Amino acid sequence: MIQVEHLEKRYGDSVAVQDLNLTFPEGQLTALLGPSGCGKTTTLRMINRLIEPTGGRILLGGQDTRILKPEALRRSIGYVIQQIGLFPHLSVAQNVATVPDLLGRDRRATAQRVDELLDLVGLDPAVYRGKRPAELSGGQAQRVGVARALAADPPVLLMDEPFGALDPLARDRLQDAFRDIQRRLGKTVVMVTHDIDEALRLGDRVALMRAGRLEQFGTPDDLIHRPASEFVRDFLGEDATLRQLAGRPVSAFVRAGLPSPGAPRVQADLNARSALSVMLREGHDTLEVLRGEELLGHVAWQDLRGEGHA
Amino acid sequence: MTATLPARKRRARLPWGALLWPALLLLCLLPGVLPALINPLNLGEVGAFDPPLWRLTLTHLGLVALSGVVVLALGLPLAVAVTRPGWDAPRQLAETLVGLGQTVPTFAILALAVPALGFGWAPTLLGLIVYGLVPVVSNAVLGLSGVDRGVLDAARGMGMTAWQRLWRVELPLARPVILAGLRTSVVYNVGTATVGAALGAGGLGEPIINGLSQQNTALVLCGALLSALLALTLDAWLGLIERRAGQMS
Repeated sequence: MIQVEHLEKRYGDSVAVQDLNLTFPEGQLTALLGPSGCGKTTTLRMINRLIEPTGGRILLGGQDTRILKPEALRRSIGYVIQQIGLFPHLSVAQNVATVPDLLGRDRRATAQRVDELLDLVGLDPAVYRGKRPAELSGGQAQRVGVARALAADPPVLLMDEPFGALDPLARDRLQDAFRDIQRRLGKTVVMVTHDIDEALRLGDRVALMRAGRLEQFGTPDDLIHRPASEFVRDFLGEDATLRQLAGRPVSAFVRAGLPSPGAPRVQADLNARSALSVMLREGHDTLEVLRGEELLGHVAWQDLRGEGHA
Repeated sequence: MTATLPARKRRARLPWGALLWPALLLLCLLPGVLPALINPLNLGEVGAFDPPLWRLTLTHLGLVALSGVVVLALGLPLAVAVTRPGWDAPRQLAETLVGLGQTVPTFAILALAVPALGFGWAPTLLGLIVYGLVPVVSNAVLGLSGVDRGVLDAARGMGMTAWQRLWRVELPLARPVILAGLRTSVVYNVGTATVGAALGAGGLGEPIINGLSQQNTALVLCGALLSALLALTLDAWLGLIERRAGQMS
């Protein structure tokens, strides 16, 4: 758990972040969302003290982050950035082993850990451990970036637009892969993004910032259905609901029941926005949802209107 | 930057120069070989050398090598210091001063050094150091400031201290560019060091100076040929090291 209390960062007369109070819940992914210049990256970088706050404090697991040396603090926090920043002169395995090496961990245990992590992020260790970063695609490089951030098993992960530089296909794949990893490991993740889809899709919580202040903090459903201000509503846009549906499988909205005659059939892993599109195309209010050949139930358009139980 | 070239392309180039030039140099240093080559040209008479040519070559190599070591020992820390964040003004000052070193003629540096250091190898060494600093410092500054910002941010964010960033990230990544600067510096200095003979530093400038005063072109040719072969040899060898460093990074 990360608690931010009255956090402030000034540069001369200009204020980047002011009086920010926020709790990033344990084991959840919180998206720090907002237009550029809203202070979201500054906030993220104050958590691992890459930027020193000019006021307020940050508690990590109840402990003030100022009592540790910045380097020691950073080694206990995973860090993933948009530019990826793999060390080009080191192999993939050496890159992943960076923080365990800095911590002086046993080499052989680390080598084993590196293989586990490459597996976790979907890269075959036998193929990739000896490669150089220059030999990887953008998506593969950022998978290594995620593995490197997880190497010392930190409880907290900071991510600064981690998928922002990837092409759309690689981004979708990596977002899915990362969501699975996050579900499995239960890390406390703070992810800076200006991509609303990404925030709604990946965030358990969303913190929307504007001009250095917190505009709203809540679940994606809170922001979409109960926007705290006109700004929140405008920022998310008129199609926010569709954006959110796009991030959920239709199976999250399924109701058991008898098949309705003539209803079009869709697979359970189809995203809910596409399911809605099928309804519009087929002129039908209801869909039958199948997993493989097995009938799971049906979904009516009214079901999509509510808040899914993803 | 060499580091970004594909590895295959770099390996394909044969290092034939690294064998050919030193072989030719050694051949020319065998007693009687150079006179046999040059005397038929009728440019003047070349007899036995005193001190022998191999000793002059070693003196020359020693001057160049020693200045190279000092240049690296002075230039690298200087480049590291001025590339730290917040040191923009000192960096510009250092680049200007170092650049000045190259605009002042070598001969002037040597002449100015004589009153302070006397004749012999000391003023020559000073001249070589001042002159040799330019490519090393400018390349090292270039290499160090060319390290990707994202890589440095990642290094800092993962908890590397400033020293660890320097040793583990910045210097290894800048190494090919730094070595290229050292190579340029050393090769230039093989030529520059011939001037040192005028101050009594010895080396391969000696037959050149003697040849000029005795109007014996053959002697001049001997010194010029040997120092050219020495320069080519060192260029090829340092090129090999540079390429290996490029492959590692």
